Amino acid sequence: MSAALRACRALIARDVRLALRHGAETLAALLFFILVATLFAFGVGPGPETLARIAAGVVFVTALLSAMLSLDRLFAADFEDGTLEQLLLSGLAAELLALAKIAAHWLIAGLPVVLVAPLMAVMLQLPGPAYPAMIAALLLATPLLSLLGGVGAALTLGARRGGILVPLLVLPLAVPVLIFAVGATEAAAMGLSPRPHLLFLAAMLVAALPLAPVAIAASLRAAAE
Amino acid sequence: MPASAVPDAHIPDAPLLEARDLACRRGDRLVFAGLSFRLGAGGALLLVGPNGAGKSSLLRLLAGLTPPAAGALLWDGAEALADRAAHARRLAFIGHLDALKPALTAAETLAFDAALHVHDDGPTQPPAKRVLAALAAFRLDHLAELPVRLLSAGQKRRLALARLLLRPLPLWLLDEPTIALDAQAIEDLGAVLAAHRARGGMVVASSHVALPFADAERLDLGEAAALAAAGHWAEDPLGADTP
Repeated sequence: MSAALRACRALIARDVRLALRHGAETLAALLFFILVATLFAFGVGPGPETLARIAAGVVFVTALLSAMLSLDRLFAADFEDGTLEQLLLSGLAAELLALAKIAAHWLIAGLPVVLVAPLMAVMLQLPGPAYPAMIAALLLATPLLSLLGGVGAALTLGARRGGILVPLLVLPLAVPVLIFAVGATEAAAMGLSPRPHLLFLAAMLVAALPLAPVAIAASLRAAAE
Repeated sequence: MPASAVPDAHIPDAPLLEARDLACRRGDRLVFAGLSFRLGAGGALLLVGPNGAGKSSLLRLLAGLTPPAAGALLWDGAEALADRAAHARRLAFIGHLDALKPALTAAETLAFDAALHVHDDGPTQPPAKRVLAALAAFRLDHLAELPVRLLSAGQKRRLALARLLLRPLPLWLLDEPTIALDAQAIEDLGAVLAAHRARGGMVVASSHVALPFADAERLDLGEAAALAAAGHWAEDPLGADTP
């Protein structure tokens, strides 16, 4: 067991190291998030009431879109250069392999969004009481998006124009995530309890955590045939 | 390095790897059919045949990446592909892609590989030492700290081959290992292969040029491919696993 954990840790460390060495690509998804959120502020106008009304929606929709940006390279790079074959032949279960890749994707693409989102929320005039709920919702929603997105990315491996297919596959699946994440934030902004929304998000995460790696593993094995 | 210098750890005569009537299908096309061979400890098998005869397909099948359309693959008498993760722990596969990341250095590449592979019987040497030894065997030790993107095609191929030496695995599957290698590197590869076989390891390799193999058995995939093309098995390749 410890050997499998060591292998997972090595894979996560390698992906994070590669992301740091390709700094421009990694930063692009985060800058996209910041830019799109800023565009909303310009597009809707500086009225504090209007901005506050849409703040939660803007934060989560832009977080969703920026997660999509980094997904098409999640498995495609390893697939094209032959690394995927070596990973599948490492003796590590393909499901664990998938989970490690997803964990790395969250560290690279999800965590920075969680850290920057409060700044964007300040710009969008999100009411003060909503911040803890928004951060909690982000912490549950971003790993969920990495898991759902990983399924889409693995399914489209080897397909032409896979980069466009991934959002088409994943965005409809992400609708419930969006609804409950925004619901939690708006409930807190109105002084209600965000707890039911957060519990729904947590339930989805708990369901996706074992199921998505199984689907990803099957897709990866089929792609490597 | 004479093979007799090291006593065989395995039973000398029993075949460790046995293929029975293997057939391979890619898409709708039957690539080869009715392929059988046996390989014992220290054995080597050289796959020959024209382009498209299925040399790479056979290697991927032996690695467990592609399931066979018919036939059986036995390891030590038991079904080899029943547990694909366990089968993967017996073999090293060097495909026609080098599986290298341009941004990592040569040493980092091998260190990651050494850490990744789940191995039951613990390593005899610390990983850093094994990485250095593997680099040295292919004369890459002076390039250890260089990013892979600065290496030449031949140096990349040597780095991919150096993976073989990171852990003691009984079966090596090599797809055109000599591509882009110079004469010196082919000689180095020959020495590595001979040492592997002297320890009782097995090699299955495809190559167009003469590999530095002493006494390798040759398996001509042209015949098995012709059999498939003639439609001998075309009626029902999936139902053909019982002769």
